[in-house]
Amino acid sequence: METQLIELAYALDTLYFLVMGAFVMWMAAGFTMLEAGLVRAKNTAEILTKNISLYSISCIMYMVVGYNLMYPGGGSGIVPDLAFFLGTDNTVEAVVGSGGDVYYSGMSDHFFQVVFVATACSIISGAVAERMKLWPFLLFCVFMTSIIYPVQGYWKWGGGFLDAAGFSDFAGSGVVHLCGAAAALAGVIVLGSRKGKYKDGKPQAMPGANLPLATLGTFILWLGWFGFNGGSELIVSNVVEANAVSLIFVNTNLAAAGGVMGALILSKMMFGKSDLTMALNGAIAGLVSITAEPLAPTPGLALIIGFIGGLIVVFSIITLDKLNIDDPVGAISAHGTAGIWGLLAVTLTGGSLGAQLYGIIVIFLWTFIASFIIWKIIHTIYGLRVTEEEEEEGVDISECGLEAYPEFSKQFDSAPSVYPKK
Amino acid sequence: MKLVIAVIKPFKLDEVREALSAIGVQGITATEVKGFGRQKGHTELYRGAEYVVDFLPKIKLEIAVSDGFVDKTIDTILKTASTGKIGDGKIFVLELQEAIRVRTGEKGEEAL
Repeated sequence: METQLIELAYALDTLYFLVMGAFVMWMAAGFTMLEAGLVRAKNTAEILTKNISLYSISCIMYMVVGYNLMYPGGGSGIVPDLAFFLGTDNTVEAVVGSGGDVYYSGMSDHFFQVVFVATACSIISGAVAERMKLWPFLLFCVFMTSIIYPVQGYWKWGGGFLDAAGFSDFAGSGVVHLCGAAAALAGVIVLGSRKGKYKDGKPQAMPGANLPLATLGTFILWLGWFGFNGGSELIVSNVVEANAVSLIFVNTNLAAAGGVMGALILSKMMFGKSDLTMALNGAIAGLVSITAEPLAPTPGLALIIGFIGGLIVVFSIITLDKLNIDDPVGAISAHGTAGIWGLLAVTLTGGSLGAQLYGIIVIFLWTFIASFIIWKIIHTIYGLRVTEEEEEEGVDISECGLEAYPEFSKQFDSAPSVYPKK
Repeated sequence: MKLVIAVIKPFKLDEVREALSAIGVQGITATEVKGFGRQKGHTELYRGAEYVVDFLPKIKLEIAVSDGFVDKTIDTILKTASTGKIGDGKIFVLELQEAIRVRTGEKGEEAL
């Protein structure tokens, strides 16, 4: 009977990882739709290609080396041990013999973790949209998912020095979102802004081609985030944990709702209009804000944390534009600025301000500097940016050789009249 | 023969077309165009960046009519396409040198 209960709990918690992991995988579709909706029609096919490819590369490189780098058998606390590929899973004897201490499949843990890496990479793709070449971006992803992300992930979740220092990051406001945003910021600085985006320092509007897709993408991310935060409790199979997971779902939901309203209200106040794209960024910012600690706050506090995230993201978007840092989808603001707020908000429920600041600075500096170097190297060897003509024509043609909306862009015949260069 | 070119607001198309059919006009060509007159455009807003949209969507109608029909055509268009607000459009009348029906080869007023 005891054995059966141990096996049942193992199966339940393993299933929990798998289902929550599948929810987070669905966030890849969310990012893809959100970005596809916020870029112009002539750049849509490329960003779709980029998103499905980066997801694939993330899974591959994390399996090859990233996972073991992030969760090594040993390590100095700063430099993790190196190991490749995935090992074998727990045997029945090992599980039963542990009395329930070993409570989930190793493979299910890998699956749950790999979808987080893909999320971090996905943040970058939106910020560099509409003017970056596809393959140099994918090359960066290889480094991001095999080294940059795993090393800082090791420092916190793999038992490294940030964890030892008391830095708190439940589901990854820092490890995933701030990390992705820092890599994105480095990329955008090396890449430069879109042609014509800033005239005399003032931002020119380049409206997205498909706001229904952008909104759908945001709802998909919202749904997927229940897996992102809920799954990060890592266990569900007893009363305490089941209650914890339930509270996390509620808090995550409320933070997103708060983020939407914060951004929408502020947009109405600042611009006189209720900007949908700001509301969508607000939802994301709210979700990112609660991701550092979705369990400790009361639902009311979670709502406020998300609401403030929604306010912050609007200010951040405006500020980045003032600094002429071009981020077509607001990724750096929604994930980076809101990520920093999320990490600081942990102090509202007992976290140490010093430890949080320490984590923020370490994650940001490591990711930004490592990314900047790699972006620069790729840029020097291959060039990051498409040519001016290619940017004018749209990267769909130059990178993909096809269009996302061929019938809408061609008036006189239904087949595109530009064919891929041989 | 004359070619009457009318640039009108898009939502007026059905009304104008029905009225023209009622007075006996048998053929119209319509194109979606963008344009502005003294109306200029309006300002839109996207993520805090204002931008001016000068060219507004309009419909351009081209109607070939016999000389005697021109005034009736113009009156009909003026009556139905007008809203009294700026941006109602303009009518131009050009001299039409020849008109030919593709199917039969008929020329002149026979072709209208």
